[in-house]
Amino acid sequence: MFADFDFDIILRTLPYLFFEGMKFTLMLTALATAGGILLGTILALMRLGSIPVLPKIAAGYVNLMRSLPLVLVIFWFYFLVPYLGQWATGASRPMQVGAFASCLITFTLFEAAYFSEIMRAGIQSISKGQVGAGYALGLTYRQVMGYIVLPQAFRNMAPVLLTQTIVLFQDTSLVYVLSVTDFLGAASKVAQRDGRLVEMYLFAAVVYFAFSFTASMLVKRLQKRIAIIR
Amino acid sequence: MSTMIEFSGVTKFYGPFQVLKDCSLQVAKGEVVVVCGPSGSGKSTLIKCANGLEPFQGGQLTVDGIPLHDPKTDLPKLRARVGMVFQHFELFPHLKIVQNLCLAQQKVLGRSKDEAMVKGMALLERVGLKEQANKFPGQLSGGQQQRVAIARALAMDPIAMLFDEPTSALDPEMINEVLDVMVELAREGMTMMVVTHEMGFARKVAHRVVFMDKGEVVENANKDDFFNAPRSDRAQQFLSKILTH
Repeated sequence: MFADFDFDIILRTLPYLFFEGMKFTLMLTALATAGGILLGTILALMRLGSIPVLPKIAAGYVNLMRSLPLVLVIFWFYFLVPYLGQWATGASRPMQVGAFASCLITFTLFEAAYFSEIMRAGIQSISKGQVGAGYALGLTYRQVMGYIVLPQAFRNMAPVLLTQTIVLFQDTSLVYVLSVTDFLGAASKVAQRDGRLVEMYLFAAVVYFAFSFTASMLVKRLQKRIAIIR
Repeated sequence: MSTMIEFSGVTKFYGPFQVLKDCSLQVAKGEVVVVCGPSGSGKSTLIKCANGLEPFQGGQLTVDGIPLHDPKTDLPKLRARVGMVFQHFELFPHLKIVQNLCLAQQKVLGRSKDEAMVKGMALLERVGLKEQANKFPGQLSGGQQQRVAIARALAMDPIAMLFDEPTSALDPEMINEVLDVMVELAREGMTMMVVTHEMGFARKVAHRVVFMDKGEVVENANKDDFFNAPRSDRAQQFLSKILTH
């Protein structure tokens, strides 16, 4: 049944697919994960802290982001960020923001909401006694968080954080709405140019599966290695 | 003797529930005071007030002349000087034993890594756990963990030590190894406030015994007076229950 198919096209476009497309996808995934975890941790600390108003602001942000479809947020930010930049810098024209920067900002802000919920659970999983022991030694709030609570929270939550990253890796394909050349975008461009839709989308599916599945396996292994001995 | 810890009229509420009712007592420098009483009597809460881990609403509490009831008091600075040992050890499970001892020395007291290590290893040797320095807390028995916790508190060169039921979570055969360390400390003249049910420990090293019930200091007596002739009915009942077996 594959007689009419031209799988050779994959080999011919491989450099383009990986060095243009996959590079974009992986860079976006890695940077958005880093930014998302950083911002998410700050949101979680805001939410669990005792400073008035901050918990409400953080909760409002998280709930807003989690209630919007990602595609919509991608769209919104793409059109909004140039004007926000103009407003922030006081320039006379909308700021020039590249597609990659726009995507990165969007995914960081969006994923931060999910990462913050994971980190919130992670921080809450550390017993009050640990916090008390830190304070009893004379550590300040920052030190207790930085040396005792967060390192344990990260370790407890590492598998969930990485699983969320795998979801993020797949979700980056939604940047197609901006006609950006991520991995799926690259495959799709070739598919449409050469009329080889089945081959290219089949290959894209296989690659996404291979990456995600391998990553899940690695997460499982890692889980065993970094678990805190109790 | 000068006073190290002084509670006067300390009052605390959890919502509408009053946990501490007008508690007053003093611990002199070098004195060992055992606090006992039925569970829920507020003894743990009382001892946690003494290093600012539990806020209180009324009364005054000073440690080495520093007022804890004053909101301007630098609590981390005070806590660094008062050692605390918890019922559930509370070692940091993600850090090796030696790192547990070094963390606060470096971050709070500003000691160099080498200095902290030397001090930490010396204390581990003292509690008989030098060989365990590079293990993680989860690899040690409860008794060993509690001895590490005591060493961790001592690493800060505390002016006083607070013990909150240090042996309650231990298997019976491990209680003595922890008590031995505490007895030694007491004999060296450390100021200690100990919440415990170990009456043998109290008889051996305590100078005074404080009996609490329902948030009140019911009895505050010399050790011998307390054991031989407790004045209050509640202390008599408590003693008869705890000492029958």
